[in-house]
Amino acid sequence: MLLEIKNLKASVEGKPILKGLDFSLEKGQTHAIMGPNGSGKSTLANVLMGNPEYTVTDGSILWNGRDLLEMEPHERALAGLFLSYQYPVEIPGLTVGKFLKRAAESRLGGEEKLNVSAYLKEIRESMDFLEMDRKFINRYLNTGFSGGEKKRMEILQMLLFKPRLAILDETDSGLDIDALRVVSRGVNKLRNPLFSSIIITHYQRILDYVKPDRVHVLYDGKIVESGGPELVGELEKKGYEWIKRQNPREVDHEQSVHSA
Amino acid sequence: MSSPSTALKKEEYQHGYHFPDQSLFKTRKGLDEDIIRAISGQKNEPEWMLDFRLKSYAAFLQKAMPNWGADLSRINFDEIYYYAKPTEEQKRSWEDVPDDIKETFDRIGIPEAEKKFLAGVGAQYDSEVVYHNLKKELENQGVVFCSPEEAVQNHPDLVKKYFGTVIPYRDNKFAALNSAVWSGGSFVYVPPGIHVDIPLQAYFRINSENFGQFERTLIIADEGSFVHYVEGCTAPVYTTDSLHSAVVEIIALEGARVRYSTIQNWSGDVYNLVTKRAFAYKNATVEWVDGNLGSKRTMKYPSVFLKEEGAHGEILSIAFAGEGQEQDTGGKVFHIADNTSSVITSKSISKNGGISSYRGMIKVHPGKKNIRSRVVCDALLLDEESVSNTYPYMEIASEDVTMEHEASVSRISDDQLFYLQSRGFNEEEAAAMIVNGFLDPLVKELPMEYAVELNRLIELQMEGSVG
Repeated sequence: MLLEIKNLKASVEGKPILKGLDFSLEKGQTHAIMGPNGSGKSTLANVLMGNPEYTVTDGSILWNGRDLLEMEPHERALAGLFLSYQYPVEIPGLTVGKFLKRAAESRLGGEEKLNVSAYLKEIRESMDFLEMDRKFINRYLNTGFSGGEKKRMEILQMLLFKPRLAILDETDSGLDIDALRVVSRGVNKLRNPLFSSIIITHYQRILDYVKPDRVHVLYDGKIVESGGPELVGELEKKGYEWIKRQNPREVDHEQSVHSA
Repeated sequence: MSSPSTALKKEEYQHGYHFPDQSLFKTRKGLDEDIIRAISGQKNEPEWMLDFRLKSYAAFLQKAMPNWGADLSRINFDEIYYYAKPTEEQKRSWEDVPDDIKETFDRIGIPEAEKKFLAGVGAQYDSEVVYHNLKKELENQGVVFCSPEEAVQNHPDLVKKYFGTVIPYRDNKFAALNSAVWSGGSFVYVPPGIHVDIPLQAYFRINSENFGQFERTLIIADEGSFVHYVEGCTAPVYTTDSLHSAVVEIIALEGARVRYSTIQNWSGDVYNLVTKRAFAYKNATVEWVDGNLGSKRTMKYPSVFLKEEGAHGEILSIAFAGEGQEQDTGGKVFHIADNTSSVITSKSISKNGGISSYRGMIKVHPGKKNIRSRVVCDALLLDEESVSNTYPYMEIASEDVTMEHEASVSRISDDQLFYLQSRGFNEEEAAAMIVNGFLDPLVKELPMEYAVELNRLIELQMEGSVG
C-alpha cells in the first residue's frame, strides 16, 4: 500500500474539518475524491503535504509504511509527494528557471551534479508539451500569471519532478476546456505502474479526460461513498444533494444537541 | 558591560576569525596630537598633510556626536587603537589557514586568488602576475590607481586639489575623525576620455594597506571618462576593530560616469559609520551601489551633489539587519542645477528583531528647473519582532519638479514558505529564496560574480533564522 489513512481528524484554527477519514491507495492507481464545497477536500490535500496551518488531532497516515505525519513538508516532497495547488503562490523575484534548477538539485541531494543542459532541454520539451511559452522560464514564479498559466506551471513541475504520488487539488477549477485538456494530458503522460495520483475535484469534467480507478465521495470530513468510475456518472445524475440527504452533518446534529 | 572589542562571540559571527596580531607598529589606545604625528610620521607625510590631520583632529574634538539615527552611545573613543601598521611581508601560507575558514570562502564562492588574499597570504598570491599586467595596462592609459599614501607621495598636486573638497574635514564628527587618522583606502584618477573596462578593486593592489578602520578613498574621473570601482569585496571583512569610519569622495567631471559598488559584511560588534559623497558636474553620472550586511550599527547615506546641468545621480541601497543590528542607511541627492535627475532605490530586510531604517534626503535648490527624482523603498520583514522605518526627507524649493516616492513593507508569507517547502526546500532554503527574490531586481544591477556572492551571503545570513 502506497498510502494508508486511518481515522484522520484535522482542524483549521480550532475548527474540526476532517472527522475520521479512512482512505487507502495502491501503487499505480488513480483515485478521484469528489465532494461539495466545504467537505474537507483541500484540507486533506494540505494535511497530506504537511501544511502547518492544519492541525492533525487524531488518526494516522502511512506512506510506504512510514509515518508521514512525522515528516517535514520538504521531506515529503523529496520522498515523492507532490501537491498541485488550487491557488499556486506567487514568488516575486524567483525566476522559474532558477526555481526548477534548485528543485532538481535538491532532488539529487548534492551527491550528483545536475546535468543542466539536459535538464533545460527537458524543461523546454515539457513546456512545449503543455503548450506553454518557453519565455516563462525567465519569468518570476507564478507572478502575474493567469489562473490557467499557474495551473500549467503546476503540471510542468509535476512532469519534471516525477513524483510517486501527485495530489491534484481542484486543478480543473477555473480552466477552460483547452487548458483542461492540456493539464489532463500532463497527468496521463505520467500514468504508469509507479505513479499514483489523487484527483480532488468538485466536478466530473476532468474525470472525462483522466479516468480514475476508484472514486470516493468526501462529505463533512469523511469518505461517505466509494466505488468504481461509474460513481462519477451517478453523482452527476443525482447531484450532491443525494449525498447530503443520506449523511446529515455532524455539526448540525451537535448544535441541535447543545441547543436542546 | 563588556567593551565592544570583547563582545565578538564566535557564534554571533560564524564566518569570522581573528588574525593573529602581527603589527609592527601600533599606536597606543586613544587619540591625541602625538598619535596623529606618529601616524603621519610613519607614512613620511609632507607637512601639509600633517596640518590637515591636526586641523581635522581639532574639528573632531569640537563636533558633537550625531543626535539622530542609530544609537552610538556605547562607542568609547579612548578604547580604540587608531593605527596599526601591518607587517610588511606576511609569511603565512595558505596551508596555515584554518579549514573552517577555507570552507567559508568556498561556500561564499570566492575565487581562489581572492581567498588567499583575504586569508592574509598575499605574499604567495598566485595571480600576482595577472594583476601586475593589469597595472601595466592602467599605467599605459594614464590611470592612477594606488593607495592614498602613495598618492600623497607621488601625486601631491592632485591630492592637494581634491582631497577633502567633497567631504570637508569639519563635515561631521566621523569625517573629522577619519581625516585626522586615515590610513589605507584607494586613490583613483582617470584621465579625460578614458574608459576603464574592468571594475577596479582594491585587492588588485597587493602589499598595500587595503582595508582598515579609517580608510580613505578618493576617485577623480576626468572629463568624459568612465570607471567602476568595487570596494573591498563581498567576503566577510575579518576585523575585531569596533569602529569603522571611512570617507569616500568622488569627483565626476563633465560627461564622466562613476559607479561605486560596495557590499560589506562586518562582524557583529562593528560600528560602521561611513561618509560617502560625490560631486557630479555637467552631464556627469554617479552611481552608488551600497550593500550593508552585518555590523552592530551602520549609518551610511551615500550622497550625490548634482552641481551642474544634466547631471544624474543614482543610489541603490541594500540593507540586511539581523539580531541586535541596526542598519540606518539610504541616500541623499542635492539638485543644485537645472535639468538634473536622480533615482534612489532602497531594499531592506530585517530578521530576528533587527532594525532597518531608510533615511533619505532629496533637496532641490530654489528655483531650479526641470528636476526629476524618484525614490523607491521596499522593506521585507521576516518576523514579528523585526522593524523597518522610513524617513524620507524632502526639501523642495522649486515648482518645476517631478517627484515620485513609493514605499512598501512586506512580510514573508506563510503561504510562500509552505509552497517552496512543499517543492523540496527546507524552511531556511525557502526563506532565503524569497529574500533573494526580493532583492533580485536590484541584484541584477550588480556585476555577475558580485550578484552570485550576494545571493550566497544572504543564504548564509538566513541559516538558523527561521523555525
